[in-house]
Amino acid sequence: MVKFILRRIVMMIPQLFILSVLIFLLAKAMPGDALTGQLANNPKMDAQTLAEMREKLGLNDPLYVQYARWIKNLLHGDLGMSYVHQQPVTDLLAGRMWNTVLLSLCILVLTYAIAVPLGVISGRWQDSWADKLIVGYSYVSFATPLFIFALIMLFLFGFKLGWFPTGGSVDIQLEEGTFDYYISKFNHLLLPSLSGALISTVGIIQYLRSEIIDTKVKDFVRTARAKGVPEAKIYSRHILRNSFLPIAAFLGYEITGLIGGSVFLESIFSYPGIGQLFLQSIMQRDYSVVTALVMISGLATLVGTLLSDIILSAVDPRIRIE
Amino acid sequence: MKKTEHSPFSVLWREVVKDKLALSSLLLLSLILFIVYGASIMLDQEEIVKVDLLSIYAPPSAEHWLGTDYGGRDILGQLIIGTKNSFTIGLAITLLTGLIGLTVGLIAGYFGGVIDNVIMRIIDFILILPFLMLVIVFVAIVPKYNVFTFILIMSAFLWTGKARLIRAKTLAERELDYVSASKTLGTPDWKIIVREILPNLSSIIIVNLTLNLAGNIGIESGLSYLGFGLPESTPSLGTLVSYATNPDVLQNKWWVWLPASLLILVMMLCINFIGQALKRAADARQRLG
Repeated sequence: MVKFILRRIVMMIPQLFILSVLIFLLAKAMPGDALTGQLANNPKMDAQTLAEMREKLGLNDPLYVQYARWIKNLLHGDLGMSYVHQQPVTDLLAGRMWNTVLLSLCILVLTYAIAVPLGVISGRWQDSWADKLIVGYSYVSFATPLFIFALIMLFLFGFKLGWFPTGGSVDIQLEEGTFDYYISKFNHLLLPSLSGALISTVGIIQYLRSEIIDTKVKDFVRTARAKGVPEAKIYSRHILRNSFLPIAAFLGYEITGLIGGSVFLESIFSYPGIGQLFLQSIMQRDYSVVTALVMISGLATLVGTLLSDIILSAVDPRIRIE
Repeated sequence: MKKTEHSPFSVLWREVVKDKLALSSLLLLSLILFIVYGASIMLDQEEIVKVDLLSIYAPPSAEHWLGTDYGGRDILGQLIIGTKNSFTIGLAITLLTGLIGLTVGLIAGYFGGVIDNVIMRIIDFILILPFLMLVIVFVAIVPKYNVFTFILIMSAFLWTGKARLIRAKTLAERELDYVSASKTLGTPDWKIIVREILPNLSSIIIVNLTLNLAGNIGIESGLSYLGFGLPESTPSLGTLVSYATNPDVLQNKWWVWLPASLLILVMMLCINFIGQALKRAADARQRLG
């Protein structure tokens, strides 16, 4: 087990390296450099001083020197300056990152809360009307693009019925830390996370359904039944125990989807997180922020996959043998 | 002796016809495409994109069946052009990624060893990249951005899933007796791959391409919705939906964004239902008959 984890982490190092080189080169390919933004803010700066500052900042150094410096700063938590917001990227990210993590967590919790019962019902009462309904729902949700579903949810429940707030992450008048503040925050989270969750259940439902259908005819289940174990207990103790752990392990793989989803959800519900920041920054050509966000997302995906792989291999030793 | 038809295509076709949902999806999709491609020949694109300030945001009427947008342009006309563009480009991406994925997957699976190892590491790497963000970055920084660059950018990321699938299937196929027999007879590798293994994978490829087509239309319209998809000269269904970023349009002018949203939804559902039927057909245990 330890050997597997170590090997898996070692495998991640070249991936991290290539990822960072790729993002560094992309950042270099983006039009303009760290000084173009300042030039726009300060028209008095002449070409002479600009060239001197470029030299001082090391923008004329060979690429590999610049890369080494970039990595060094990155490891020290220095992501550069945002030239639109005139503050360090790390400060800019802090608050928004928290919002996105919160939204993603809500989506995950809701996804599991919806998908697990549906999957169990679907597998236990296979071919019943409930099962057909659930399978139908999972097909439709699989085919529905997130942005359209979210827009329709916002249109129906936000605007037409007025049940939910239509944008932002919290009411502006409320003071931070009060009870109303948290209620309002929760209220603002509900519709975006429901939109995200309702159409990402398909994987878990289908996995649970086919697992249960396969397991419920196995010998150990028949033995339990023959012993007179009540049906409910057969499911909770014997069948589901085997199926739940791998599902928990899927969590890490969900991160890629959540990051992509946050870009759409946050732009539709004007929710101030990193997805929205990413779109704004790329439109305002605030490239230091863009680079930092892509790097962080790549890192998050890598770590997520690593965690999932490790949990899965702990649950199912067959995976370890490669 | 009369030869009965058992080609993979006839099996797939029979399954779609037997499944009522898939058959009606196929008919509906054909109808939509027939109307869209037919009408787009007759429609004058210049006429549709012409700004008419006298009829800004006109609700549906006899003159404009689905009303007009912020520039007084006819929504129905834009819907037709958008559907045509979205479908054509989705198809182009699907075919291109199919071609790349097929070639890479067959080579990796058939030859194995170092080639396979290198290719799989590359694929693993691409799969962990934050796809959506990188596509947006590429779209934003590529000089002379147009439809073809968009197709290339998308394809650069999307071929990996297919390559992995084809590789796994080729790996299994390679161990079978007919391949060893062919090898013993001295058939060249490329001939075994193209003439012998490829036909055995055809049904899986068709299923995969169909399901991918739906996904690609979704991704393309999603990116166009965000403003990082098709260039402005080629309006997409996503472009029409993106007018809904204006809360007033979203709330009060449903005719601008709702028809395009529903059309994307309907097309994706239809293609998916057809794909699911094909998937059952490709797996002999699940066939309806």
